[in-house]
This record gives sequence, structure tokens and C-alpha cells, in this order.
Amino acid sequence: MAQTLYDKLWQSHVVHQEDDGTALLYIDRHLVHEVTSPQAFEGLKIADRKPWRISSIVATADHNTPTDHWDEGIKDPVSRQQVETLDANIRSVGALAYFPFRDPKQGIVHVVGPENGATLPGMTVVCGDSHTSTHGAFACLAHGIGTSEVEHVLATQCLLQKKSKTMLIAVDGKLGKGVTAKDLALFIIAAIGTAGGTGYAIEFAGSAIRALSMEGRMTLCNMAIEGGARMGFVAVDETTINYLKGRPFSPTGENWDKAVAYWRTLHSDPDARFDRTLSLRAEDIRPQVSWGTSPEMVVAIDGQVPDPAKEANPVRREGMERALHYMGLNPSTPMQKIAIDKVFIGSCTNSRIEDLRAAAAVLKGRHIAANVKLALAVPGSGPVKRQAEAEGLDKVFVAAGFEWREPGCSMCLAINADRLEPGERCASTSNRNFEGRQGAGGRTHLLSPAMAAAAAVAGRFADVREIL
Amino acid sequence: MEKFVRLEGLVAPLDRNNVDTDAIIPKQFLKSIQRSGFGPNAFDEWRYMDVGQPGQDCAQRPKNPNFVLNQPRYQGAEILLTRANFGCGSSREHAPWALLDFGFRAIVAESFADIFFNNCFKNGVLPITLPAAEIAALFQQVEATPGYKLVVDLPAQAVIRPDGHGIPFAIDAFRKECLLNGWDDIGLTLRHADKIRAFEDKRRAEQPWLFAQ
Repeated sequence: MAQTLYDKLWQSHVVHQEDDGTALLYIDRHLVHEVTSPQAFEGLKIADRKPWRISSIVATADHNTPTDHWDEGIKDPVSRQQVETLDANIRSVGALAYFPFRDPKQGIVHVVGPENGATLPGMTVVCGDSHTSTHGAFACLAHGIGTSEVEHVLATQCLLQKKSKTMLIAVDGKLGKGVTAKDLALFIIAAIGTAGGTGYAIEFAGSAIRALSMEGRMTLCNMAIEGGARMGFVAVDETTINYLKGRPFSPTGENWDKAVAYWRTLHSDPDARFDRTLSLRAEDIRPQVSWGTSPEMVVAIDGQVPDPAKEANPVRREGMERALHYMGLNPSTPMQKIAIDKVFIGSCTNSRIEDLRAAAAVLKGRHIAANVKLALAVPGSGPVKRQAEAEGLDKVFVAAGFEWREPGCSMCLAINADRLEPGERCASTSNRNFEGRQGAGGRTHLLSPAMAAAAAVAGRFADVREIL
Repeated sequence: MEKFVRLEGLVAPLDRNNVDTDAIIPKQFLKSIQRSGFGPNAFDEWRYMDVGQPGQDCAQRPKNPNFVLNQPRYQGAEILLTRANFGCGSSREHAPWALLDFGFRAIVAESFADIFFNNCFKNGVLPITLPAAEIAALFQQVEATPGYKLVVDLPAQAVIRPDGHGIPFAIDAFRKECLLNGWDDIGLTLRHADKIRAFEDKRRAEQPWLFAQ
């Protein structure tokens, strides 16, 4: 019978199945960071259990780590304790690889895995972080888990799962100038809603997806969770294989050839059936900006803040009114009239080399506007940072008035010192615009790196297509 | 994990769609390395007038009188009634930990986000999905009736209103068994240790590149 990519990934990992369909799935890669793991390691210790397979673990500290003055360590004692707890846990348990605070290869867990070849096609990849969907870009069955499940995977190398429904999102055609994977992701979330993907595993396909780099595919799969889907993936093609060649944990020699032969089977069969299908034309997608407090509250840059009075559903209308109140916006305001206070370029969504190049291309020879109080460029990892510096991108950012920081999650969730003050408005390449996400009372607008750079220069949201 | 069999509890209404995990427990409290103690900071940004920090005495903080869970009539609530897509956003298990620590054992909603839904079961919190029309009727009744209680009967898979109207709900058989017995997932899974080992050995032989040391 014809199978979807999801069927193939699922089937190849079933260890055992209960009568009601609940399956025990084998986990190949366990990514670990400091925020969601301490209670899991503690639980293991209390129950006197040993980790099942240490070589499945790749760990890094990313959420709490500062992005400047690394020589001064972590000043916040609570953050420091969490990072030191991870150090101690990995020291006592072991791992395939650990990139601690200040390690030259430290970075955001979802950047570190792929760049080291620790994320390989056909794997199950889990992490106590919802943006684990990122790794689906490599045709992995990858999703976020809670801390109890982190402990479960540590102890058993398995996870109890029910099979999801499948959704195919096919994007055909060619994305226009200045339109990126981020715009595509925001456009899709606005189309299906933040609960549209709940219960589904989404496969992204079509010529516009095939044309994306691995960085672009990671951005898209990363945001699948904002559309409610725990998993989003893209089939293997030459782009995938070329990206993986020569990475530290990628196979070599005879194993490389065997692996590639297997990887080439990781696609949906031509007549595979999906529970839901959505077809989009790439040409219809313009650069996107969010206006509200949910990632589905998005419009094109030439659009306006919507008017709740036009919403018929009372619960939705109230949600829009609450969002506008929180965001300090009036209905029908053109997006390009909205001034910003801060800019953040970074996060597991948009901190890879391609993202930094796209922003730098806009910033070259330009400067941030006088009303922009702070503009941060935060690379996703040590290797991304050094690559950007080798290309001279750091100098472009600094000349434009940006601060060039050390890698980490930074102002995406503002668990470290990088955050918004109440009422501040931020053009952000991150993934969530929830109330308080970037700091209590902070106002987040999601957009692409190129659009964030355009906003930085204009001091308000601007159409990057008019600058390029 | 504490068993969940039958619960009769006061209901508190949170009349919003898309309540995200950042709202349920803001990020600054995730720095804790404990599993407990998150209750005083549940819904922190909505519940208090100031910006909360870890380690504060929350009893001394100014409360937001307009936030529904601060109203006297909902003190001691054990069942949270809400709308669609509850628990969207991050995978933080701190969200169900905070709700449980606050006193909620069951959450009744139109729909839940997947990861949050799953995390609830690991902590003896029962998430119940009901049709939108039933949810709308419950909101009306709760708001009109001080002291409004519901009975959640897990063996019968029903939510029972004070007027006797029973609303059936669905739950996976395996999850139901685990909740009814308070079973620990890890212990259950390790009964299959031989199968896991056999699967792993086969996989290592067929795809050795997945087992880099």
C-alpha cells in the first residue's frame, strides 16, 4: 500500500503496540538543554535508573546563557544554577556530544543538532522543546516532549505515542523577491490557524519547498508547532544529502553510501493518501508581519491591522480586541505606519547563516533609524557566528548600529537578560508573539530576517521588496 | 502519579481561546530545577499587577481584581473550564505542574494543544475535550451559578452537570488505565525491555550510522 513519509518514519520505529494503537516508538536522537531536563535527571536518580543509551544524547546550554560579556559568566544565580545542573548531569551520565556554555560549538539546540550531522534523515528526534519540529526538515520524525517524557526517553530509549493524522501542504511556484521561508510559515499559520495542525503531522511539499535551502526548510518546519502540529517535515532530496556530507556525525565511507541509499526512500509514495491537503501558490505570498498576540494574527506588509468589529464570532472578536489592547494598536492602521523600539534577529527559527546573510544584505550601507533603541543580531551557534564573521557580516551589522552578540536563545523567550521593557515594540525574527513572551508587557511582531532589517532601517515596518 | 477516578469539584471559567503556556507559567519561573511550587505563579501576568520574579512571596503581591481566578467565588476550584486550543505554545511541563499545584485536577475545553494535552496525563491531570455547544452551555451555567460544581467520572467517561445532564467524553483506553491506577509510564515501558533491546540490536546492525559513539 502506498505510504506517506510519516507512515514510513512511524513504522520503522515501532517496538511494541497496545490494543488501542498506543505504540512504543524507539528514539534515535535525544537533544537535551538546561531548562526542561533537571527534573528528568533527578527523577532518574530517585528511581535508581540508568540512561538506556548515552550515545543518543546531544546536549547544550542555550536558553539561560547570556549573549554578551561571556568572560563575566552567568550573573543571574537562578540561571547559573540551571546551567550548572546540566553540566553536572551530563558529567555524571555522559553524552555523544556536549556543548556547554562558552564552548566554541555551543548554540541553540535546534541549530547545533543539524550543523553537527547529529540530525540525520529517518531518525526519531526528540527534545524537551516544542521547536524540535525543526529537525523534520531532514525527514526526521521530530517533535517536542515534556519533562516526564525526557525522563522516559532517558530511561527506556522509547516514547509512548499515538499515531497522528497526516496533512499535506503543497506549495508550488516560485517565491517572489524578498519573500522567504518565514513569510511562507506565517502565511500558512494564518491560513490554517494556530490549532489547524492539532493532531496532524504536516508534510511540506511542492516546487517552492524543493527550492528552499535546508536553512529555509528548518525555518518552515520549526514553525509547524505554531500551526498546532507537533511535527512538520520535508522529504529527502539532493539538497538534504549535500547539506549532510562531511558533517562531524554524518556517516562516512561505505556507511555514507548505504545511508544515502536509504535516505532516498524517505518521501511519500506518489499515490499516498493524506487526511487533509492544502495547496498554495508561492506567487500569492507577500512578506508577512504579525499584528497580534498569536502567530495566526498575521497580515501582509501592505495590509492593515484588522478590525474586530468585522469578526462575527464573539469569542474570536473578544480575542482580537484583547490582542489590540495589549499591542497598543488601533483597527485599520496600515502596518507600515507602526513604529518600533527594538529589533531582534535570532532564535531557532531564524539565526542560521542564510538568515544573517539576508539581513546583512538589507543593512549594508544603511543604518538603523534614530527611534530604534536596540537592535540585536544573535547567531544560532558558535560555528554560525564564526562563518558570519569570516564573511564580514558582523561588520555590516555593527556599522548599521546593531549589537553583534554571542549565540543563544536570547530575546526569543527572554529567559536571560535580553528582553523587552513593558510597552516596547519589537520587530522579531522569533516564533511566538504571545503576551509577555519577550518580556512582561513587551509587544512582539514576527517577521523574516530581511523584513526585520528593513524595519530597523525605517524605524517602522517596511516592505523589504522596495529596498532590495 | 496520583490516581484519578472520580472528582466532584468547583468550576472556574477562563473564557478565552488559545491560552498559551507562556500565559500559564511565564518563562522566568522555568529556571527552577524543581517539579513543585509553581502554583503561586500560575497565570502570573494576568493574576498580579506587578511583574513576578522567582522566589517572591506571592501573598504580598498586588492581585489583579479583574482576573477571574482572583474572584472569591472561584477560590478552591479544582476544574478549569476554558475554550479552544488551550495550552498552545511551548512543551514546558511546568504548565501542568503549575495548574496542578494551583489545585486543578481536570481541565474541560473545546480543544487542547497536543504537547500540553499529553503532558497532563503524565501528572494525573485529566484534560477533557467537549463539543463547543456543551462548552458554551457550561460557561453560561457556571457564570450564572455561584458554587457551581461538576462531577468528572472517569470510569464512566462522563462529565455530569448539577442538573443531572451527563456529557460523555472520549479517552484512549491505555491513558485511562494509567490514570485510574496512577501507573508510572517508565515502569510499564520497562516491562518491554527485551523487545526494546532486540529492536535496538537489529537497528544497529542495519543502520550502524545511527549509533555513532
